[in-house]
Amino acid sequence: MPSGRRVAGSIVGGAHALGHRLRDAAPMPAPARREEIPVAILGAGIAGLSAAWAFERAGTSDFTVLELEDGAGGTARSGTGPVSPYPWAAHYVPVPPPHNRPLIALLEEVGAVTGRDAASAPLYAEDVLVREPEERVFFRGEWYEGLLPRAGIAREDAAALGRFEARMREFAGRRDARGRRAFDLPRRRSSPDREWAELDRLSFAAWLEREGLTGERLRWFAEYGTRDDFGTTLEQTSAWAGIHYYAARLATAESESADVLTWPEGNGRLVSHLAALAGPRLRTRALVLDVTPRDGVVDVTWLDAARGETVLTRAEHVVCALPRFLAARVLSPWRAQPPAFLKETVYAPWMVANLTLSDRPRGHGYPLAWDNVLYGSPSLGYVVATHQAGRDHGATVFTYYLPLCDDDPRRAREEMLATNWETWVARIVEDLRRAHPGLEALLERVDVYLWGHAMVRPHPGFLWGQALADSARPLGRVHFAHTDLSGMALFEEAQDHGLRAAEAILRARRATFRSWLD
Amino acid sequence: MRSPAVYLTVLAIATCGLVYELVAGTLASYVLGDSVTQFSTVIGAYLSAMGIGSWLSGYLQRGIASRFVQIEFAVAVIGGLSAPALFLAFGAAPDLFRLVLYSLVLVIGTLVGLEIPLVLRLLKDVVEFKDLVARVLAFDYLGALFASLLFPLVLVPELGLVRTSVLLGLINAGVGLWSTWLFRPLLGAPGLLRAQGAVACAVLATAFAYSDRLTEMAEEGLYADPVVFTKSTRYQRIVMTRTGHHFQLFLNGQLQFSSADEYRYHEALVHPAFAVRPDAARVLILGGGDGLAAREVLKHASVREVVMVDLDPEMTRLAKDNVMLRELNAGAMSDPRLRVVNEDALIWLQLPRERSLFDLAFVDFPDPHNHSLGKLYTSHFYSLLRRRLDPATGLASVQSTSPLLARRSFWCINRTMEAAGFFVRPYHALVPSFGEWGFALGGVSPFEPPAEPALPALRSLDGPSLRALFVLGPDMGPLPAEVNKLNNQVLVRYYEDEWRRWN
Repeated sequence: MPSGRRVAGSIVGGAHALGHRLRDAAPMPAPARREEIPVAILGAGIAGLSAAWAFERAGTSDFTVLELEDGAGGTARSGTGPVSPYPWAAHYVPVPPPHNRPLIALLEEVGAVTGRDAASAPLYAEDVLVREPEERVFFRGEWYEGLLPRAGIAREDAAALGRFEARMREFAGRRDARGRRAFDLPRRRSSPDREWAELDRLSFAAWLEREGLTGERLRWFAEYGTRDDFGTTLEQTSAWAGIHYYAARLATAESESADVLTWPEGNGRLVSHLAALAGPRLRTRALVLDVTPRDGVVDVTWLDAARGETVLTRAEHVVCALPRFLAARVLSPWRAQPPAFLKETVYAPWMVANLTLSDRPRGHGYPLAWDNVLYGSPSLGYVVATHQAGRDHGATVFTYYLPLCDDDPRRAREEMLATNWETWVARIVEDLRRAHPGLEALLERVDVYLWGHAMVRPHPGFLWGQALADSARPLGRVHFAHTDLSGMALFEEAQDHGLRAAEAILRARRATFRSWLD
Repeated sequence: MRSPAVYLTVLAIATCGLVYELVAGTLASYVLGDSVTQFSTVIGAYLSAMGIGSWLSGYLQRGIASRFVQIEFAVAVIGGLSAPALFLAFGAAPDLFRLVLYSLVLVIGTLVGLEIPLVLRLLKDVVEFKDLVARVLAFDYLGALFASLLFPLVLVPELGLVRTSVLLGLINAGVGLWSTWLFRPLLGAPGLLRAQGAVACAVLATAFAYSDRLTEMAEEGLYADPVVFTKSTRYQRIVMTRTGHHFQLFLNGQLQFSSADEYRYHEALVHPAFAVRPDAARVLILGGGDGLAAREVLKHASVREVVMVDLDPEMTRLAKDNVMLRELNAGAMSDPRLRVVNEDALIWLQLPRERSLFDLAFVDFPDPHNHSLGKLYTSHFYSLLRRRLDPATGLASVQSTSPLLARRSFWCINRTMEAAGFFVRPYHALVPSFGEWGFALGGVSPFEPPAEPALPALRSLDGPSLRALFVLGPDMGPLPAEVNKLNNQVLVRYYEDEWRRWN
């Protein structure tokens, strides 16, 4: 620490040591126990938990969920401290459109829906919709309301921004001959028509250039979006994905961008609800070592790290809700012959830090908001965990997000894991200090979470290429579910894949249920 | 030594010198009022001090160039810090303000008075005397013109008084440093002088970096009446001022009450609710840390328990211990029936452990002029409040800003309470310090204001006048307004727009 003051904290989470046992190909011990279960769900991220939810809702409760970490949630995990609970990564969901019945049902279960309006559209609880002031941006020494600083903007830059917004609205209103939206959430619903799908072959940077949408502010604004949702630069992002970020959140060409729902612990609120539903069937610190499809069954060998013993679980069906890079190491057919799409699945590493502060830092201009963005910073700024609770004074927790957008994610990942806690703290302080002089004096704790594979990158050509299309196909009785299969790490995608995989198994088991997918 | 450079130096020091004078005059007018007197006396003191400086210059014999540089540094630091020093002096010891003001003006004037004679002497062997006097004085007066235009048109509007004075100090120190090169042949040890200059610059740069905090304290200079008490708490700045027999309380610069007419406000806030529910026993006060609403509540013998939730422990402690406040709230804060909870009211309403129901609630927050106050006027807040009231007979009385000056804000609060399930009757009272003031009486169930209320002895209200509070004239009548929610905070916008129009 530059000031020499003592700040507590450490690098937390990320069961790298346990996980790296897979990579290091340690010899697999003989199983100490054997179990049989109709369904095994591998991975308790949103995809796996959503599969469990779908089974539960269909009245089928004979499943088990295996999770490597010591808690459920994947990148929607949260933590807690004396001041406030806080997210460790994913921290909001946009208000879903009426067709997203499963997400609305889930939000109803967590009490985020208080009723229905005359048109029977859900009414969301006031304390779950993001409280004003929602966002602010630090620009040339001052905070401004909103995400885009307009102070001193050149006329042509302002015009380019106007054209950009108009183009996104236009895309939001486009539908194909069958009535499917060009850009929809989950992306399975989007039109595959060439007119739009071919945008995937361009980078977002190239598309903006082609459309004459240039200027420093626009570039920054658009890249803030891709860094925020995908952990990528404009050059690394498919134009289809870049447009999707804006167009899919507008219900029509005329509507306002969807409101946002959030909780102090971010999407951790949804995780704890789903995890509670799974109850003791969720087993944490369970490292899946091997998955081998056999005749009519799937053998799952896993390490029960709590007891230090190896377990062989024989399941009739498996939902593999692991990220691809892990699935490739545990599925024996894939170990023998890696499928082509693996190479194309690239991950963005992220560093997320939770900063516990004894008081609010001072700053010039617009007051502290939920989302606080620094123009021109490599980070995405910070989100205030106490904001939604209405706590406006005293101690607080800032969740600081830094996507590592290097062209070579592997090197970035190695560098990230090699960087010590003191260096992270110094970098965070360095970044925030220009907006908050004297921040160090308020810092009590900095906890750092290193996400080696935080999200799949929607690089040009990936979303509508053959590799991704192939990758969702089941492998015998192993069904896949993960945002990797969409190429975009969004809550809606994870839930959609979890439900799809669960429903495929329910159908195979001839269960009667009402599908969530339409 | 090149003479054009010297004339630029003269221009700069003349500009700085006049700005310090203007800063002192403006600041004295802000703080003490009566700008004619303040400007006249400041200018008089300043010019005469310059005369003293000129006279004293005759006693300086050797090392004129070094002295000149050091005088620049001294003017830089003293002049540069004059505005923050004066504001701080006013905040800390208002009685001594005049002494500090004129002392500073005399010191700065004396130092500035030394400058021109020394410059003339430095150049007397280089430039012919008649040209020297002509040019130096011409640039001196030109600098005065610069200052008199820059000060009102650019400096004060862009930077404010504190930053203006510190910035000019920095320029002055810069002139001093630059003079160590300009007069290099005449200087003995420029290294030492430059070190002194660096120290002066560092002091001023630090002051500039902290000028925000200084400015905040400086805002205190804007109270109309003498300040008798100030305290910065974790949450707000509490200031009390006094005029004659009365005193006023300000939170963050906003008037909360004047002891002259606060009874009109607090009687109107409290007694209409009691007129509807004369048997109320359990009472909740949200805000109202001054204890004045509590004073009115405790006049009712039916009251057995009062819970007051106020954010700031310093405020409630002050209301209990400060002699002026204690007298005014009749010792309400020490009443055994009263329990104080220091917590944000929204957070408190969400606490699961506080479950008991109240008969009456009085909501007495500062006006919604920022988001963290605005949240205390949202439908979410009122929904939580309604659930803490007796479902059959519960009532809440809410201060809801001026129905005349902020009419849409007033009706927005009304409408927001309705959206949260309250049956609302708006009413108003005249409080001269504030103007026409508004309240909203909300019932958990439908209710009627009583025809013949039984009231304790009050100064502003009896039966007929209390009934009359519920009559609003056409210029205060309903306006369409959105419901104020946590996720839109429309009220903060309404309120800002409406008050800006009146100010």
